[in-house]
Amino acid sequence: MNTVRIGSGAGYSGDRIDPAVELAERGDISYLVFECLAERTIAIAQKARLLDPAAGYDPLLEERMRAVLPICADRHIRIISNMGAANPQAAAAKTRDIAKQLGLPGLRIAAVTGDDVLEILQTGLNVIETPEGPLPPADTWLSANAYLGVSPILEALQSNADIILTGRVADPALFLAPLIHEFRWPLDNWNLLGQGTVVGHLLECAGQLTGGYFADPGFKDVPNLDRLGFPIAEVSSDGSAILTKVAGSGGFLNRATCTEQLLYEIQDPSAYYTPDVIADFAQVSFEELGDDRVRVSGGAGHARPSTLKVSIGYRDGYIGEGQISYAGPNALARAELARNILTKRLAGHVLSELRFDFIGLNSIHGAHLSSNAPVPYEVRLRAAGRATSLATASWIPREVEALYTNGPAGGGGASGSTREIVAITSALIPRESISHHVQILES
Amino acid sequence: MLLNQLAHARTGDKGNIVTISLIAYRQNDFGLLEEAVTAERVAAHFSELIEGPVHRYTLPQLGALNFALHRPLSNSVTRSLALDAHGKCLGSALLALEI
Repeated sequence: MNTVRIGSGAGYSGDRIDPAVELAERGDISYLVFECLAERTIAIAQKARLLDPAAGYDPLLEERMRAVLPICADRHIRIISNMGAANPQAAAAKTRDIAKQLGLPGLRIAAVTGDDVLEILQTGLNVIETPEGPLPPADTWLSANAYLGVSPILEALQSNADIILTGRVADPALFLAPLIHEFRWPLDNWNLLGQGTVVGHLLECAGQLTGGYFADPGFKDVPNLDRLGFPIAEVSSDGSAILTKVAGSGGFLNRATCTEQLLYEIQDPSAYYTPDVIADFAQVSFEELGDDRVRVSGGAGHARPSTLKVSIGYRDGYIGEGQISYAGPNALARAELARNILTKRLAGHVLSELRFDFIGLNSIHGAHLSSNAPVPYEVRLRAAGRATSLATASWIPREVEALYTNGPAGGGGASGSTREIVAITSALIPRESISHHVQILES
Repeated sequence: MLLNQLAHARTGDKGNIVTISLIAYRQNDFGLLEEAVTAERVAAHFSELIEGPVHRYTLPQLGALNFALHRPLSNSVTRSLALDAHGKCLGSALLALEI
């Protein structure tokens, strides 16, 4: 086999589904990967699972599977996804049921588990390092998931799984595993694994490679962004790849979009840590071969780390938030008066942090960077604060709403919310302390 | 002129770290970016929002600089009270730098 074509069907949990269908139908791909787990997603899914043991997987799993399964089954496209979230086994069972309902018998669906280390962490697993400061008290922990690498996905592929559903797995591993499987790359060929990780990293945010998150009218214009197509990598056995997308889909792919995505969420480009390899992006280069065809090469790698990263989701109190708008002459002065009133009214409540923003003036970049901004015609006051109880936090939206009849003239469009904060911190654990499992169901 | 005439940027986030790539539209302008947009200058520009030093990485073959900035821990993605909790809009602030 000379090349393998992999499509990226989602860049986050709520991503658009039509482009994935387009890839399956017209992308001439062998693998369709859905990356759907942000840092906090799994902790939120764990909360859902605590309420219902059959829940805890991606909320769009059913909709996505119904949309792509018939096409993928017909064309023998294998699906790999972390949509299993906090409950890969339930996700696999759900997918099996959907396949049966759609009249697609004989599909093999793998559930990858082993990333959930909450119990062993609570019973005193040796933590090597806590890069984001000391860990919060164990009784606040909701979830703890280690970033697994390619191994369980490889095992599932070798067992002829058609659909592989994981929980927490390093995002690039979802793409790297099929490359290792197809090309029989040795698991200690760090340069090949590094180049494969480059490909995975470029694809993992889907539309962000093909013109999404890119357009800046007059500076960077992107054609037909409304029907943005998702990317395909045509990978060679040396790990170099041609990045492209379905002909006629919206967006575009060039050196500029690829460079932005290569560096997205990367700190030191020469040392991108994954469970499988420390990838080196420092010498990566792009070559434009034609319209929407870019060749990527130059990735390298070093031996994989001896530790695995664990994301710990924990309950961190409550955030209360409220907003109200003022417009027309003297709008900013009325919004400032409203803020001063709120400061006094909220002073009697125990808030560990309280901030005010003037949306339209300085809410995003702060007062310093916005100091030369013109006074806007309309401004939206926002109050947000942190408390240890839901009841205390809810005083913020309550007092913002009360500005209607108890505040300055002409306030409108008040809104507010109170929510529990599920925060994330991380720890490094010894690689040997976890083991994975692959369970296969058949439709 | 403002930096947005010469370069484009994308912002990423991991915990309390914000990464900003800065990429020259024309390879010829990369030298100017390298000279003018130092880690110290970026740290001063964002002084109200970040703490500690800014790290800068250079990728000449891509005409790109990559910056890593640290926000206070109370302002990490999952804990932040900010409207833009991720800090995703910070790259646009970098493009407002006068050079």
